[in-house]
Amino acid sequence: MEVSRRMVNLFGGGGIGRDLNLNLKETELCLGLPGGGGSEGAPKTNGKRGFSETVDLKLNLQTKEAAPLDLKEAQSKNGLKEKNPLTAHDSIKDPAKPPAKAQVVGWPPVRSYRKNMMANKSSKDEGSADQKPSTASMAAFVKVSMDGAPYLRKVDLKMYNSYDQLSDALGKMFSSFTMGNYGAQEMIDFMNESKLMDLLNSSEYVPTYEDKDGDWMLVGDVPWEMFVESCKRLRIMKGSEAIGLAPRAMEKCKSRS
Amino acid sequence: MSENNHHLHHPQQNHFCPAETMSEDEEPSRPSPPPPELGSKKTRNCAAVHPSPHSDRVLEIVLEHVLQFLTASRDRNAASLVSKSWYRTEALTRSDVFIGNCYSVSPARVTTRFPRVRSVVIKGRPRFADFNLMPQNWGGHFGPWVATMGKAYPLLERVYLKRMSLTDRDLCLLADSFTKFKELVLVCCEGFGTSGLTAVVSKCRQLRVLDLSDTEVSYDGVDWISYFPEGETCLESLIFDCVECPINFEALESLVARSPALKKLRLNREVSIGQLYRLMVSAPNLTHLGTGAFGHPEPQDPNNQEMDYAAAFSACKSLVCLSGFREVMPDYLPAIYSVCANLTSLNLSYANIDVEQFKSVICQCFKLQILWVLDSVYDEGLQAVAATCRDLRELRVFPLNAQEDVEGPVSEVGLQAISEGCPKLESILYFCQRMTNAAVIAMSNNCPDLVVFRLCIMGRHQPDHITGAPMDEGFGAIVMNCKKLTRLAISGLLTDRAFAYIGMYGKLVRTLSVAFAGDSDTGLKYVLEGCPKLQKLEIRDSPFGDAALVSGLHHYYNMRFLWMSTCQLSRQGCQEVARALPRLSVELLSYEENEKMDDDTVDVLYMYRSLQGPRDDAPQFVTIL
Repeated sequence: MEVSRRMVNLFGGGGIGRDLNLNLKETELCLGLPGGGGSEGAPKTNGKRGFSETVDLKLNLQTKEAAPLDLKEAQSKNGLKEKNPLTAHDSIKDPAKPPAKAQVVGWPPVRSYRKNMMANKSSKDEGSADQKPSTASMAAFVKVSMDGAPYLRKVDLKMYNSYDQLSDALGKMFSSFTMGNYGAQEMIDFMNESKLMDLLNSSEYVPTYEDKDGDWMLVGDVPWEMFVESCKRLRIMKGSEAIGLAPRAMEKCKSRS
Repeated sequence: MSENNHHLHHPQQNHFCPAETMSEDEEPSRPSPPPPELGSKKTRNCAAVHPSPHSDRVLEIVLEHVLQFLTASRDRNAASLVSKSWYRTEALTRSDVFIGNCYSVSPARVTTRFPRVRSVVIKGRPRFADFNLMPQNWGGHFGPWVATMGKAYPLLERVYLKRMSLTDRDLCLLADSFTKFKELVLVCCEGFGTSGLTAVVSKCRQLRVLDLSDTEVSYDGVDWISYFPEGETCLESLIFDCVECPINFEALESLVARSPALKKLRLNREVSIGQLYRLMVSAPNLTHLGTGAFGHPEPQDPNNQEMDYAAAFSACKSLVCLSGFREVMPDYLPAIYSVCANLTSLNLSYANIDVEQFKSVICQCFKLQILWVLDSVYDEGLQAVAATCRDLRELRVFPLNAQEDVEGPVSEVGLQAISEGCPKLESILYFCQRMTNAAVIAMSNNCPDLVVFRLCIMGRHQPDHITGAPMDEGFGAIVMNCKKLTRLAISGLLTDRAFAYIGMYGKLVRTLSVAFAGDSDTGLKYVLEGCPKLQKLEIRDSPFGDAALVSGLHHYYNMRFLWMSTCQLSRQGCQEVARALPRLSVELLSYEENEKMDDDTVDVLYMYRSLQGPRDDAPQFVTIL
């Protein structure tokens, strides 16, 4: 597949490829980046990444030294909308709110059992009802695919506590393909129909998921815990393709409220 | 770095695991003496069956009798090397086998060499698997072991497994095969359900120890507690504090009441404080208690007396180890005051209590040697520990909120205080958000007995937060000044200099954990070339590549394993190692499900010495070079 070969040229091979790769990463849409650039949310990170640069990323959020030519080529091969590769502007959509830091898999090194126990406690402190995490110690891996991306990922939904965190992680995972078109920096606002319609009419990418019933839904329509329980797989697709899901999402939403 | 619950069971256990060395015979499995608390009596294997001339025969009998008293594996290994006859006799008299890596040797080979084994320890998955760094179903199956041992060791009494996968069927086979079975200890294991447990508890009538620390048990509808046989049991230790299954309390109460030898009882969080009370009343001789929820009292029944929890605790005169508090209601904490003065071990690491509540407890625990807490006790709480617990040997401070970039309640202040107040400290695990070199250096000076030093600065690449310098000097001081150090876990911003220190001074270091550290291959080279005792090396997300990897060729046969994930290794580099060292099993693990990824990058390298060659149960994401 031609896309992947081009990707391989960018990511693999000799030193130049590596440098390009570094630069590519630095211009990616960075959601919640400071210091978090070392790894992505999924267990896989590109081993070729230079690690000293994570320190750099902490200090300068974005350097725009990308080779725009390569980016454009990558974009056209992926069928992505032409967009200015200098996406730093896009990444700091809301300067007032510091971007949530995406968590790295397995860090800090605390076993999931303990993490789940503690998560339970903090939510208890917030006054929520007595919760027993029925699958407390089991991970919830789901496949994540993105239209146009050459390979699948897997994420453990239990690693995250909110849609924002998941969104960050997905953004980083597929950043090399979205070039800023990943529209879920803010969670989809289901209450605002016109906003929703705008999103779905664009070529922005939106996350969708298949639930227990086999239906495909827009991510974000149900409370987080319910989502984790019911999500079977994730698919990031173009807004325009997801448009068929919206009415169903609305319906399910209404039937739940 | 992380928790490892089983250490809490054996406060007097010798933490020093015998170093494994390859004998000339290249037998990598080594026994270790079982911890004294478990009370396993070593059987004397007296019958020798050698057809040899009379004088030789006498010598061998004498040898057997003498070898019986050799328990330390290092001594046994040495004895086995003296001569063929010593080798044979030693093999016949070895009753405890320790297998540090289940894939290093096949079950058949073990049972062939050691025919009279009573106790077996087997470890499976590497530790980093605990943190989701390894895809599921990697391996570590108990099945082949129980199948082989079931036939070879009908008199097997004790099985201790760590990070292994067991099925219900395996447990059934165990229960059926070993009529004299006495002790089952499963640490960080998974794969089975309550049905499997049922088989064990119902068939193993001499069961003394059932310990399921940090082991995942799925609930398949069967209440295993109800299946202990009627009448008095031999139970001495029943530990299921992390088992997330409902239990039938009446059955448990009955079980405890008919287990006169019970000394250790660790309940899961399904057990309410009211139920705890009833159990304690019928078992006042407990030495180790895990309190379960320590909350959710029954609604008050006006006909019953109010439960006097304090009295129940006072009645337990032998209590030395307290844990649990899984859903603690702090109002009930004062009930434990009367036992605090006797406690040598206290685990509050699941108890979200505030500073004042913690201080009210800890200020009475002046005999404490082992303490596990949450960082919600703040530096202030740690200062209270330092003021009271002069005898402290082991401290673990876990994060309530295990994330980066949040406000941390403990810091260098707490560490400094502990170093000043607890000079006998031998083992520390400390999670924090910020740290200074000065505090770490202070600890290296104040606590010369340190054997285990694990510091986890949760923010990756965090420097000394006051000076802005890397944490090299702090860790350097630790390896320099703590002459007994065998286990080290490093974190924070670290350059190759830190590794230079480790290579230069860490001559006794056996276990090293590295994450997000170092600048270049040189760092890893320092360690591989400088640390002759290195057995277990686990590295993640650090810039070490092929050049560093091949610099350790001289040493890999001496190690139990090397783990490197998300470093800068290439397949070729790993291939080179595999070619150079044929007795090394070099596994490459892949995180991706689909192809299309760059074939050259290595997600995870996990390699270990092995006599049995490439294993045959490797899943698809594992490539063995």
